[in-house]
Amino acid sequence: MSKSYRDGLPISPEKFVDQLMRLKRGSISRRDFLGLTGLGVATAVMARELGIMPTPAFAAESLGDRMSIATWPNYHDPATFENFKAETGVAVEVNVFGSNEEMLAKLQAGGSGWSLFVPTNYTISTYKKLGIIEPLDMAKLGNFDGTKEDARFTAEGTIDGTIYAVPKNWGTTGFAVNTKKLTKPMSSWKEFWDTAMTEADGRTMVHDYQLTTIGNALKYYGYSFNSLKQDELAKAEELLLKVKPHLFAVSSDYQPGMRAGDAWMTMCWTNDGAQLHRDIPEIAYVLGKEGGEIWTDFYAIPKDAPNKPAGYALLNYLMNPKVAVKEHLANGAPSTDARVNALLPKEVLDNPILYPAADLLKPLEFGAAATLTDPGRAELMARFKAA
Amino acid sequence: MRGSLFRKNFLTALLLAPATLWLVVFLVLPFVAIAIFSVGERAPEGGYQAALTLAQYANLPARATAFWNTMVLAPVGALACLIVAYPVAYYLALRAPQRWRLILLALIVIPFWTSLLMRTYAWMYILGGRGIPALLAYVGIEDLRLINTPGAVLLGIVYGYLPLMILPIYVSLERLDRRLLEASADLGATPLSTFLGVTLRLSLPGVMTGFSLVMILLLGEYLIPTLLGGGKVFFIGNALVDLFLQSRNWPFGSAIAITLVAVSVVVLIVANRISTRLSGARRVDLI
Repeated sequence: MSKSYRDGLPISPEKFVDQLMRLKRGSISRRDFLGLTGLGVATAVMARELGIMPTPAFAAESLGDRMSIATWPNYHDPATFENFKAETGVAVEVNVFGSNEEMLAKLQAGGSGWSLFVPTNYTISTYKKLGIIEPLDMAKLGNFDGTKEDARFTAEGTIDGTIYAVPKNWGTTGFAVNTKKLTKPMSSWKEFWDTAMTEADGRTMVHDYQLTTIGNALKYYGYSFNSLKQDELAKAEELLLKVKPHLFAVSSDYQPGMRAGDAWMTMCWTNDGAQLHRDIPEIAYVLGKEGGEIWTDFYAIPKDAPNKPAGYALLNYLMNPKVAVKEHLANGAPSTDARVNALLPKEVLDNPILYPAADLLKPLEFGAAATLTDPGRAELMARFKAA
Repeated sequence: MRGSLFRKNFLTALLLAPATLWLVVFLVLPFVAIAIFSVGERAPEGGYQAALTLAQYANLPARATAFWNTMVLAPVGALACLIVAYPVAYYLALRAPQRWRLILLALIVIPFWTSLLMRTYAWMYILGGRGIPALLAYVGIEDLRLINTPGAVLLGIVYGYLPLMILPIYVSLERLDRRLLEASADLGATPLSTFLGVTLRLSLPGVMTGFSLVMILLLGEYLIPTLLGGGKVFFIGNALVDLFLQSRNWPFGSAIAITLVAVSVVVLIVANRISTRLSGARRVDLI
């Protein structure tokens, strides 16, 4: 084998920076190891002193070159993962889900392959009970600052004083309306369901998600969003079955239909509502005055995560307010972190989709843990879809 | 003598071992696991909990609509494929110029190299508001909705499964003895009666193979109804996805899966019988 003419020459500036960056993210190939150990130690010390390295953990563990995250549709700034890859060399594979039940099912089956995922507030106690998620090692999350978090939204991530999940953002569940097609102003879930059977016949979408679809049907009658009462659920089922033939689709990925103009009205989360309204101003976001859901999405790490170092590294990266602010601008959901709010432009903080008036927020309920595993609700949803 | 017989049996067993292992690992074991699940119970938080009960099977009527929809979708979808596929296969086998035949066959097979999911997504955009309806809006046809309709589902199914129908029919037509067609004409048969009495009849094994192949796959279909039908109509495939991924009722899902396998086997046997009878004495191997 012939040797390259470059062998034996002094190291070039580019190559030095290359190797420095590789060491910085802790990935040393075996071949490089012997030749570079001295350099590596020196750099690690230097970097820590100079504050280049975000956490000491990076130097100790190899991050590998790939990881996967389970999250929601239209939920991240794609540039976030590109930048993370540029900084650490770890490529992030994004798995998109439509409901917390689906995420739970994947984790229960084992071998989900995720090193980070985005569960909603009401699921975390169940995950803890089932032993599916691990208590977070806060030493690896230097960018997280619990004192700057709004406890109203973040309490469910902490169980018995142990932090199992840190917040991504909060939001509400309302509905989006194409006001060019449906000109009558709406302000309640009663109007949503009634319009679905009349003016919006064949143009309405509901989530493929029992929590919100059943919950908002319960709101038609003014019952609790989280109700498990037999007679109340029966009324909700009756309404859903009546609406079913008039629907455009049962799907949690409703942006394509709304953007293409096939659907005129859909159940909608804050972030999607903000994205749709930003791009298509005639799409309005409405909170039912009867109430409905308020939520916080968290980040958690599965016990069987195949690449925990990368999971922690990405989580810590996402907790950096400078990164988080870009996420919020792209995603559209409000932040729980005061440091992020301070960086957000005024028009975002004044956006009523993101930060609704207090009287609209007041009747909203956080999802209840029991709804996640209740077989009655699951079966109701299945009967609705099968009808 | 005994020794050589033993050796012969041993050799046979040895040669069959890889195939047997394959069958056991990929067919028997999963089936046994599903069968065990199906007599269990749903754990309180979802999943499976050991038990010995037939409650899941007794609960099958709760998915009667899904079974009924599937029992309609599978034959109707297969029939729609057949109607489109037969003329294509006929042209390919008996009419297309020899030098074009291979290219045309390749054109039919090549789309199969891309995932069905991707191709179905493409149809979502073609049929969606920014696709054909946007074009029609130019000529004044406003607010036409094509996506999430039964027609869209049928279109998706015909598109997705067509090659599986064309190829077996093509093969049976290609093998057709041309002299029989000449003989039929010589004996005074009209082109139509030659087609019905000779061509169609002799291609029936291919038709039945294609039909049962498409139908069995359609019994488990869930992707196309979800993407092109808007998830409004529930098939057994959708019921299974839901039971495993949303309600997390594995035992019930397993009972439905076992029932689905039983139905598929019955379909195969019936198709085999019909095919054998229609084509005279010729037996057709479907699997």
